[in-house]
Amino acid sequence: MTSEHGDRLGLVISGSLVEGIEAKLDPSASVEDMAVGRYVTISGEKRRFFGMVTDVSLESSDEGLLLNPPDTSDPVIAGVLKGSGTYGRLHILPLLSLGIADAMDGPKPVKTVPAHFSEVREACQADVELVFGKEDEKRFHIGSPLDMETKVCLNLGEFVKRSNGIFGKSGTGKTYLTCLLLSGILQKSSAVSLVFDMHSEYGWEVTNESGYRAKGLKQLFPSSVAVFALDEESARSRRVSTDFVVRIGYDEVEPEDVQMLRSALNLTEASVQAVYQFARRFGDRRWLAKVLSLQDAKEIEQLTAELNIHESTYRNLRRGLDILRRFPFLVPEASNTSVREILNHLDRGMNVVLEFGRHADFVAYVLVANLLSRRIYAQYRERTERAMGENAPGPRPLVITIEEAHRFLNTEVSQHTIFGTIAREMRKYNVTLLVIDQRPSGIDEEVLSQLGTKICCLLDNEKDIDSVLAGVSGKSELRSILAKLESKQQALIFGHAVPVPVVVRTREYGPGFYGEIGGAGQTKGSTLTQQDIEEMWR
Amino acid sequence: MALSALGEVIEANTAYFVAQSYELHNPPVLGSLVHVGDSEVDVVGVVCFAHTHSLDEGRRAIARGNGGEGEDVFRSHPELSKLLCTDFKALAVGHKKGSQVFTFLSPRPARVHGYVYLCSADEVRELSQSLAFLRMLLSDRSVACMDEVVSACLRHCAAAQEDADSFLIRAGRELATLMPKDFNRVAEMLKKARG
Repeated sequence: MTSEHGDRLGLVISGSLVEGIEAKLDPSASVEDMAVGRYVTISGEKRRFFGMVTDVSLESSDEGLLLNPPDTSDPVIAGVLKGSGTYGRLHILPLLSLGIADAMDGPKPVKTVPAHFSEVREACQADVELVFGKEDEKRFHIGSPLDMETKVCLNLGEFVKRSNGIFGKSGTGKTYLTCLLLSGILQKSSAVSLVFDMHSEYGWEVTNESGYRAKGLKQLFPSSVAVFALDEESARSRRVSTDFVVRIGYDEVEPEDVQMLRSALNLTEASVQAVYQFARRFGDRRWLAKVLSLQDAKEIEQLTAELNIHESTYRNLRRGLDILRRFPFLVPEASNTSVREILNHLDRGMNVVLEFGRHADFVAYVLVANLLSRRIYAQYRERTERAMGENAPGPRPLVITIEEAHRFLNTEVSQHTIFGTIAREMRKYNVTLLVIDQRPSGIDEEVLSQLGTKICCLLDNEKDIDSVLAGVSGKSELRSILAKLESKQQALIFGHAVPVPVVVRTREYGPGFYGEIGGAGQTKGSTLTQQDIEEMWR
Repeated sequence: MALSALGEVIEANTAYFVAQSYELHNPPVLGSLVHVGDSEVDVVGVVCFAHTHSLDEGRRAIARGNGGEGEDVFRSHPELSKLLCTDFKALAVGHKKGSQVFTFLSPRPARVHGYVYLCSADEVRELSQSLAFLRMLLSDRSVACMDEVVSACLRHCAAAQEDADSFLIRAGRELATLMPKDFNRVAEMLKKARG
């Protein structure tokens, strides 16, 4: 019977739409089997309700009992006690209304509560499928609800339409989850991905804490993923074949890039202002080369006097800029091919993973990610506007994946970075973000509130939990769930791409997964290869 | 095999009946279920009280002296058993109509001089399907030691069940509902019911 109707858990005894429903557990159901995050259905008089257990509590009908506990070593006394003198109580957050009791209409937002003493049952496979849909060409199987084998599917078509976030403490499996999602996006949506891969994990190979090596995107989808490298040597020593080596010219660094790196480069506010003055003087494209080439003390003195820049400010700025000069990928002349190459690949439907190799420090990451994204975004914006004017389809949707997002999107710099703009403008120009972060409290509130779907692994810092859940209905209930997630392979997903918040045991990213996606991946891969060949002969 | 009657009703009303036991000192045990044979409706009751007394209300029994005779008193003075009698009281908790058992009061009280029989194990099982009799017992104020009666009745019913423990758990939950603020009393009753 379990496949048609889940096991009975208890009866509704009180509740409200705002505060949730209280149910008394049947004596036959053990309070220890209940887990927050578990789905239940409630059969009301006219409709069925779909909800989630958000709290489990122990109750007693007799205070004297708690003061003088009876002898529970006697099985009969213990049996009687369970469900009468003492009982379990479930707090259920009603999520959806499943329509009239028997007719299975689609799920609708819940606007009322079930009547008193309605029966509460565990949600069965069919209920979960009804809510999350079956895996198809748009929906990607991301995991299963707790204690169930049913597939929870994310509608990736909807997912990529907005910026999204993956959050969780370090070591909670964010990287694997991201690999999983990127594979899904690659397979099930029309979007392409650009991944700024700080620790070189997504491209070729990802290694976990225990040394297990999993395949990166390039190994899974060789014909639709290109690995770009910032550090060719590191890629070579890891035996990763790279498609392109990214170089950035001095002329590509704009004053905003330096402003964003202010704290990382230890610059004063005056130094940042000095950058703008140099840029006004020498032009946006030449200022860095010019400032770095200043050697002659007299010339420096004259220039700073002219621009009214204090000597100590200049020294501070120069020290900061010298840090940039030490990056081998930053060269005086780069002929601007990196952005063009990335765009070419993206246009062909290729996904690009930019590995940072040994340059996995924040200065390099923030500088390169911001700089490249700004230019790619400008291109997308131009193309989208042109397409709108010509009433033609816009460019292929792009998902930019960034790690350590609080470095780009904190309150201080989010106004200046392109990522702040992308997060706020959403999909207007067909570019969205996938932000990965372990300190969501560091991210600007406005940006967080614009994220469509949030996938949260375990977070235990109060501030982080608060900021992730800010503005979400049922916040207090989700909060208790979020803090009780297991540290591995469990995530709470809520937002645009799922009809209701869901706790999932994420799908295993390993050989089983490679096999399952193999067929579909190959098909898409082979069509792309065909396209590549056609383009070569054109 | 037809069951032999245990006694005969000598007083009856809607809530209870009193019967005189045919055997001196041998009424049905406390808490046992008995029914009064009738052509139409058999009143079913729970034995809640038994009383052995002198037939002549004006002449109380007196002590026979510490002669070490014990049981033999009745052998050496056979007239004594004719001067004394044992009555028992049963609280009505349901009735039988043909083979059907109902767990609410009979529309009419038991008839005086009706024969009282012990309920069979099948009848006990059927009656104890519903635990409504527990509420009837607990709401009666005429018997002082009602907790003991309930325990005895549960012991009697449990003995007729296939799974005595699950019956006692079910009954215990019913008692806990009836006495919501007094679980320790319920626990005490259950302990006694288990013997």
